[in-house]
Amino acid sequence: MKYQLDWSVITNNLDIFFKGIYLTLEISALSLLFAIPIGIVFGVGRISKNPIIRFISSVYVEVMRGVPLLVILIWIHLVLGQFLKLGAFWGSIISLAIFSGSFIAEIVRGGIQSLPKGQMEAARSSGMSNYQAMRLIILPQAFRKTLPPMASQFIILIKDSSLVSTISAVDLTLKATNLAALSYRYIEIWSFVALLYFTMTFTLSLIIRQFEKRWLKSEY
Amino acid sequence: MISIKDVNKSFGTNQVLVDINLEIKKSNVIALIGPSGAGKSTLIRVINALEEIDSGEIIVDGTSIHDKKTDINKARTNIGFVFQSFNLYPFLTALENVTIAPIKVKGIPKSAAEKMGKELLSSLGLADKMNVHPSHLSGGQQQRVAIARALAMDPQIMLFDEPTSALDPEMIKEVLDAIRKLAKEGMTMIVVTHEMGFAREICDNIVFMAEGRVVEVNPPDIFFTNPESERAQIFLSKVLNH
Ligand SMILES: Nc1ncnc2c1ncn2[C@@H]1O[C@H](COP(=O)(O)OP(=O)(O)OP(=O)(O)O)[C@@H](O)[C@H]1O
Ligand SMILES: [Mg+2]
Repeated sequence: MKYQLDWSVITNNLDIFFKGIYLTLEISALSLLFAIPIGIVFGVGRISKNPIIRFISSVYVEVMRGVPLLVILIWIHLVLGQFLKLGAFWGSIISLAIFSGSFIAEIVRGGIQSLPKGQMEAARSSGMSNYQAMRLIILPQAFRKTLPPMASQFIILIKDSSLVSTISAVDLTLKATNLAALSYRYIEIWSFVALLYFTMTFTLSLIIRQFEKRWLKSEY
Repeated sequence: MISIKDVNKSFGTNQVLVDINLEIKKSNVIALIGPSGAGKSTLIRVINALEEIDSGEIIVDGTSIHDKKTDINKARTNIGFVFQSFNLYPFLTALENVTIAPIKVKGIPKSAAEKMGKELLSSLGLADKMNVHPSHLSGGQQQRVAIARALAMDPQIMLFDEPTSALDPEMIKEVLDAIRKLAKEGMTMIVVTHEMGFAREICDNIVFMAEGRVVEVNPPDIFFTNPESERAQIFLSKVLNH
């Protein structure tokens, strides 16, 4: 009994895959939308002069770095479901956002610390508050420096989002799992899913590269 | 205008400022000179609270700078600071470098701030450089933009930390000319400098520091021809014989 490849399971179910792609991109994009402000707040918090803020930010970053995403997903899903009656969709987005946010926080911190300290001093000496100096002078420069690592973080986020299927949030991976269970066409389906994830991340890579090139060209 | 009373400051166990007392009157121009590590930069940095002090008091134009109740942001708008390494904002044009603080800190309307910024830059010989980013400017031009940026807040006092030390010799003059012009206009200034000729020419008083202490304060005629302290004599003989 040799396994006969039959690709019709793909061509007959393209609508399911497209729906899956859409859901995966939706979950990733929404997670990112929350992860960026979280990352900025805690990234700045990590180098705050206030020791309490610094401590809280460090605990957050270290915990997220030390706990597997899968465990965070399950835990958040259980807790949110219990107390806030939030479903798997929002549980996934919140989990991904706080997980990814911690890595973005480290990127933001690195970007800020790579700037000469004279930038902050110049801003403060002209009467700007710490907040104004951050917002008007430091962060705009830090963002340019963090664009490449930020881009890889976005790509990691798309890949990580496949784990949300374990708490039954519907995404490309869950759609594929269900389809495979019905059709027994495991090799065809998972080959195609791999190709789809790669296409998504690679396209994003290309877009970001274009964006970077244009930004680098317009560099000061 | 600036009154420094019994100021002490340490970095860890290294005491950098020791019992500093200085009075600087309105429109006076002071050159702060002394060997490397004497504490010159630290002294002018504590005047606008870029560094904290351990004890003592600094009063600028009636405001106690290190008092917890003082709004330091407001106090700093009255004190222009020019750095050795310019510290211009690289992502902004020369004009934007000058106008950002007046717009965002003082709330001056953009058009008015730009008009003022253009006038300032023009008066410093940078009329054709308004829309250029700092990386396309020479060191001397960058430092003049930095001076314009500090002046844009309309300060009563200007502090300079070795404003020409990072410049090629041929650019030093253009920056010194700008400072000279401010002196003529009656600006109160403290200039940390190694340019002895310049100090002698424009300053009302020379403050000589060594090892964290103010060793001698004298008008340039006296200081350069007949310094009182042995420490200054040694320093001058070294500097002037180079
Ligand atoms: N942020 C800091 N942390 C620790 N030590 C410092 C710091 N800034 C300055 N110092 C020390 O304080 C002393 C005085 O430094 P300062 O920069 O005020 O000297 P200076 O007179 O300006 O010297 P130079 O002519 O080299 O600029 C030096 O011993 C220096 O190492
Ligand atoms: Mg110095």
